[in-house]
Amino acid sequence: METKNKYIKMLLQIITISFFLVTLFPFFVVIINAAKSSLEIITEPIALPREWSQLFANIKEIWTSPSIKYASSVYSSVLITTISLITISVFSAMAAWVLVRRKTGIATVIFLLFISGLIIPFQVVMFPLVALFRIINNTLGIRLLREYHGMIFAYIGFGAPLAVFMFHGFIKSIPLELEEAALLDGCSKPQIFFLVVMPILKPIFVTVSILNAIWIWNDFLLPSLILGIGQDIQTIPLAIAGFAGSFVKKWDLIMTAVLMAAAPIIVGFILAQKQIIKGMVSGSIK
Amino acid sequence: MNKRIKDNMVFWLFLAPALFSFLVVVIIPFFMGLYYSMTDWTAVAGLEPNWVGLRNYETMFSNLAFRYSFIRTFLFSMLSVISINLVALFFAFLVTREIRFRNFYRAGFFIPNLIGGLVLGYIWQFIFKEVVPAIGGLLGISYIENLLLLADPNLTLFGLILAFTWQYAGYIMMIYVAALLNVPQELLEASDIDGANFWQKLRNITIPMIAQAFTITSFLTLVNSFKQYDIIVALTAGGPTAIYQGQVVNSTELLAVHIYNIAFKYNRMAEGQARAIVFFLVLSVVSIAQVYYNKQKEIEM
Repeated sequence: METKNKYIKMLLQIITISFFLVTLFPFFVVIINAAKSSLEIITEPIALPREWSQLFANIKEIWTSPSIKYASSVYSSVLITTISLITISVFSAMAAWVLVRRKTGIATVIFLLFISGLIIPFQVVMFPLVALFRIINNTLGIRLLREYHGMIFAYIGFGAPLAVFMFHGFIKSIPLELEEAALLDGCSKPQIFFLVVMPILKPIFVTVSILNAIWIWNDFLLPSLILGIGQDIQTIPLAIAGFAGSFVKKWDLIMTAVLMAAAPIIVGFILAQKQIIKGMVSGSIK
Repeated sequence: MNKRIKDNMVFWLFLAPALFSFLVVVIIPFFMGLYYSMTDWTAVAGLEPNWVGLRNYETMFSNLAFRYSFIRTFLFSMLSVISINLVALFFAFLVTREIRFRNFYRAGFFIPNLIGGLVLGYIWQFIFKEVVPAIGGLLGISYIENLLLLADPNLTLFGLILAFTWQYAGYIMMIYVAALLNVPQELLEASDIDGANFWQKLRNITIPMIAQAFTITSFLTLVNSFKQYDIIVALTAGGPTAIYQGQVVNSTELLAVHIYNIAFKYNRMAEGQARAIVFFLVLSVVSIAQVYYNKQKEIEM
């Protein structure tokens, strides 16, 4: 019985390792091919690269090539992701807090309106959204298409339903006494929120930010409509679609760009693994 | 200032940024979309849309490309749900056994989920076009060496399912892992004493205990397969072409891609919008039905 168990355990271990390696194989393919020249990548796509230094030559080429402008895409992606994360979280927490604390019909109606946003697929609103942004430009003179602020504004709108929902659920569990005590100490309502409530919300801030970071960093369809492919402001997925979709495949450069797009998010994952997994799983179950 | 007015001000000021952007970005476009779907709206600037009633809805189902796309989307979604859940459940079983480094493996299976659909699509395009034939050559198997997965309309859908399973199974696995860790050990030990074998334990204890997770994972995989866009754009761009009832169609132009193409490639915005609304309705009905069915099952178990 003992030895039989030992064999089963060893077998399980071997099966797990095999599937683990199969799962990571595409990453291996990306890494070895990001360090190849355009000829080498086609003739020997599964061999190790002859010269690892080719990786740096490739990175330098995408980074400086005027048709790809990868450096400015990295900047745009970082800027859009960071500002969207902060604004979605803070604005949604503010909204959720007043919605929980006010026990009137209007608060319930507005909360349900936010929830309805969770079931509306993006495809239903995308064409009219672009049309509306154009109308706003023509009538009010506020340019939202092809601009950072338009992109971030759209992310707040699309990110709010889930974030409001998650903050709402958490705030309900915070005892009111804490806020009442602060009120007696002479705090104003906004002070109570920013000094007393916000620090308690920290774990939900982390969860909401993780979900949004992965979504926004990788998002393609929404930025392709708001910013457009090949225009002035390009996020990383737009830049990759732009140069990978347009001409004859330069696989060496595509693989390098893919590696550079995936690297920050994988490094981030390795650093904060537990929190990311916990955050993403709890986000799904809600 | 009066306290009530002040409280009201705080209420609306705190609500304003999130509510305003949500209304402008989601709610107003949603109702605009309902209206546009009943007009002859195009993207041509300066042209006012004219009211046409339900015409766009009536012509939709006689359109062969749309019907084909619909069938293919259902096929893709069904197969993806099965494939993702089987792989995820299998992985979840492996990484909840008493094996060394199981947290490490969990993280490894999860990592593909962090890669966006677009980037992932290009990775798999490269694998199907260059790596698979090279491996075939290395092994000396000419079938694999000459396998052009992305050029064969019968096979390309499976390429998509494979890429999507790679991306999503690790995430679904995590939900199963959380559920499996909640199965009380005493129950399994008690059944061991009663002499239950592996399959009996699986059938009578584990599966009923994780029934709730099934509801969530089926819902997530179904909705996300149905809405798939990014991977398709990067991996196949809707191709290759196939013949359906005597007409040329794009074999992987699933609904989300189809809707986009009708509107932007052919500039039939109103028709695209009408199809998007049907897409929304079908998705809602199917996902509600699925959750309802699974909830019933949960109770029976």
